[in-house]
Amino acid sequence: MSAEAVVADQGHAADDHGHDEHATTTGLSHTKLAMWVFLGSECLLFGGLISTYLLYKTRGNGRTLPTDVFDIPFTSVSSFVLLMSSLTMVLALSAVSRGEDDAGRTWLLATALLGGVFIGGQVYEFTSFVREGVAFTTNPASSAFFTLTGFHGVHVSLGIVMLMSLYVASVKGKLTQRNAETVEIVGLYWHFVDIVWIFIFTVIYLIPAD
Amino acid sequence: MSDTATSEHSEPVAEHHDGHDDADHDEGHSHPSDWAYAKIAIVLALVTALEVFTYFDTVLDWGAFLVPSLIFMMIVKFYLVATWFMHLRFDSKLFGRMFTAGLILAVGVYLVTLTVFEFWV
Repeated sequence: MSAEAVVADQGHAADDHGHDEHATTTGLSHTKLAMWVFLGSECLLFGGLISTYLLYKTRGNGRTLPTDVFDIPFTSVSSFVLLMSSLTMVLALSAVSRGEDDAGRTWLLATALLGGVFIGGQVYEFTSFVREGVAFTTNPASSAFFTLTGFHGVHVSLGIVMLMSLYVASVKGKLTQRNAETVEIVGLYWHFVDIVWIFIFTVIYLIPAD
Repeated sequence: MSDTATSEHSEPVAEHHDGHDDADHDEGHSHPSDWAYAKIAIVLALVTALEVFTYFDTVLDWGAFLVPSLIFMMIVKFYLVATWFMHLRFDSKLFGRMFTAGLILAVGVYLVTLTVFEFWV
């Protein structure tokens, strides 16, 4: 569902903080509930990809392993950038909930930019890995590594698209305090992507391979 | 919460507004201030810095404590993001249960998978 479609679907009564009350059987937002169920299912997807990498991480077939070319200081900066994007995301929600549309747009844009910096870093990392002899088909370890981090990168990219959709909706006046829940739902997705990277950074990059 | 919104809703929501005694229907509590979020972000940044510090083991040898320490710090960061930034601390417990169900299922399934493939040996 596009961000604008979600915006249009959030026409419920809202209080001063932008919280919707929902005439549902649970009294809760089913859109938000659906996002939480989706995020729960995403745990299985990333769990599978992380487990696959753990099983294959030492299978280099005599060629260079991803762990041999890791640049921890560089990845640490990328991780910090993504972590801070969670702060700007929650500040965007806070601003929109208070009816401060200009501040909300600024924080949404900042979040998208930080996400873009992270993706740029990932592209640089992938490129440097290939230059150092670790490509997607080099060995099972590299295939598992690129699949895992690539899937995460695609998730971040989709998040950036959602954030920019919210920004455009806000510019057009279609995203206001009344439907702040839309920002919250996109924010849940964004924070989840951050959480997944918290796992990847520790388990894949920081914990020694042997 | 507006009175208008409350009066339009079914009983569970009304109970929530009357007494805040139903933990499953506490959606809509006021969220923390921006400064509170900033403080959480500072803690997250400090924990990340400590994680990265462990990588430079020539500075301090963590020995057998390295992996447990990293996993502990990872869980702390996960908890802070999920409870504060994703508002699980303030929202309905049902949301948290949906997410936790998926998380526990994933952890269980893949721990078994790793065991079957003799990852721990």
